[in-house]
Amino acid sequence: MIELEGLTKRYGEKVAVNNLSFTVRPGIITGFLGPNGAGKSTTMRMVLGLDRPTAGDVRINGKHYDQLTDPLTYIGALLEAKAWHGGRSAYNHLLCLAQSNGIPATRVREVLDTVGLSAVARKKTKGFSLGMGQRLGIAGALLGDPRILMFDEPVNGLDPEGIHWIRNLMKTLAGQGRTVFVSSHLMSEMALTADHLVVIGQGRLLADTSMADFIAENSRSFVRIRTPHRERLLDALHGAGIEVVDSGAEVLEVDGDKSEAVGELAARNQVVLHELSPQRASLEEAFMQLTAESVEYHAHDGQPAGPVPPQQQQQPQQPWGSDWKRG
Amino acid sequence: MSTPQPPTPQAAPDWHPAPASPYPTYTSPIPVVRTTLVHALASEWTKIKSVRSTMWTLGVFVLLVIGIGLLTGAVVANSSSDLAGESALSLGFFGLLLGSICVITLGVMTTASEYGTGMIRTTMTACPSRGRVLTAKAIVFFLVAFVVTLVSATLVALAHVAMLEGNGAADPTGTEWLKGTVGVSLYIALLGLLSLAVGSVIRHSAGAITIMIGVLLAPLVIALFMFSESLKDVQQALFEYSIPNQMSIFYANSLSESGPSGWDPLWILLGVTAAAFAGAFALLEKRDV
Ligand SMILES: Nc1ncnc2c1ncn2[C@@H]1O[C@H](COP(=O)(O)OP(=O)(O)OP(=O)(O)O)[C@@H](O)[C@H]1O
Ligand SMILES: [Mg+2]
Repeated sequence: MIELEGLTKRYGEKVAVNNLSFTVRPGIITGFLGPNGAGKSTTMRMVLGLDRPTAGDVRINGKHYDQLTDPLTYIGALLEAKAWHGGRSAYNHLLCLAQSNGIPATRVREVLDTVGLSAVARKKTKGFSLGMGQRLGIAGALLGDPRILMFDEPVNGLDPEGIHWIRNLMKTLAGQGRTVFVSSHLMSEMALTADHLVVIGQGRLLADTSMADFIAENSRSFVRIRTPHRERLLDALHGAGIEVVDSGAEVLEVDGDKSEAVGELAARNQVVLHELSPQRASLEEAFMQLTAESVEYHAHDGQPAGPVPPQQQQQPQQPWGSDWKRG
Repeated sequence: MSTPQPPTPQAAPDWHPAPASPYPTYTSPIPVVRTTLVHALASEWTKIKSVRSTMWTLGVFVLLVIGIGLLTGAVVANSSSDLAGESALSLGFFGLLLGSICVITLGVMTTASEYGTGMIRTTMTACPSRGRVLTAKAIVFFLVAFVVTLVSATLVALAHVAMLEGNGAADPTGTEWLKGTVGVSLYIALLGLLSLAVGSVIRHSAGAITIMIGVLLAPLVIALFMFSESLKDVQQALFEYSIPNQMSIFYANSLSESGPSGWDPLWILLGVTAAAFAGAFALLEKRDV
């Protein structure tokens, strides 16, 4: 169990993590979601005592990280960036970790086997591919056979087979009663693996909910309509009390499962329809909507080169939350 | 690469969820250990011997000390020069002066390279007591540096005494032996230890090595180019307290009359290193990894 209480981290002026409180419970996979720069990795570093919190507290099974004398047997972590010396072999890297925690050296072979790196155990880690590096990081996390596992973007750089493997690994670990805390940018990935969801944006808690609840609340259904008789249909819908959510020039959107009602209404009013399709918003969209106001690093659409027309120039930094309604 | 398997009960047969509790919990078959400095020492020992840079720096060190030592010994032995009653040990100085750059490099790398590679995050996660990590590194490094220097310096000293018998060299006294082997080795290992502390503070290998080579050579070089009469005293002090001059005191051939003498260089360096470590420990506790 990991408990965060008002956890805050400031780097100079920049507030990376802002008053975060939540609990990561055992026996389930807790997904930790947020856009780039939301503060996921910073939070995880604070859990491990690598970064000192500016305010607040984080405890592992009721203890501060630095009170754990053999921490690797309590909590294993895969960090964001590669965290080893490229000149050391995978075996020796894991061996020095094992020794520092009094873990028997036989365990090194076991975890190398588990992650599938036995064949390259004596090779320098410098030559490892992204995916092999990720596996080595996971081997380090599993080394102490800990009760809590924390993975920072574990699927990063893994091939589809590797992604599949990670998913199963996390499920197996949680199934054994361990606490699994995993960060990601991808809602779709989390929907497949996580039981519980913590979403942050700009260091703030945006959601702390079970995956099932999140799906139920956020998979909005709506009806997509295209018609050449836009005005007449709008009038008819208005008359029938059906609210139009999005009335672009080309398509109209109506909330809910109302395709039958809309179709019949159109027929009665002799409106031609080119499209009438029930839709379901993806979880990815729900996630983007949730975090829309807190996305820090926006990409801008458009040509990468050439002069930019004045009205399209990058907007000046807007105060936080000023554009959230537009999302 | 073979297809990896998720850990299954066959990997550790007695994996099982513990019985009834508010949450299902997992109990590991791995015994719980109260770790101590001994664990950290074992870990650091594995680390220092499992990277090639250690072998390189120490290899070059031994080569420089023994190579230059034998070379100067041979040159002096074959010339008609007369040592006029001086001890033969002093010829070991040049090799050790150059070799000390290798020890400085290794000292810096022991701490700073972990920051460059990101290893430090793994290290500090495995051992959250930051002071213990730095202590373990310091002990392991110091012992390695001291033993390697002592062996090289002693070999060279024995060779010199044997080679220069015919050149009027005096038989070294017991104290001269002690200072010229154990003393100078302690001094060089301490210099490396200072570099290790600087590496921990600077967290950047190239930067810390540059600083330490500056500390090693700059005072002497600056003193050489201080021609102004008004700076005579400063020049004198820079010269006397420069590391090469202090190192030469271990061979009792101090280049000046005043300034440190006897075992002073060791105590001076010990004080400086202790101060550097106090700073390194304080910063390590305060800063983020
Ligand atoms: N050591 C640091 N010094 C200064 N700012 C930092 C530092 N570490 C993180 N930050 C800032 O804190 C914010 C949160 O960063 P963090 O890496 O925790 O985000 P993240 O959620 O992990 O992002 P990503 O999904 O891209 O990995 C970022 O804006 C980052 O620039
Ligand atoms: Mg991150």
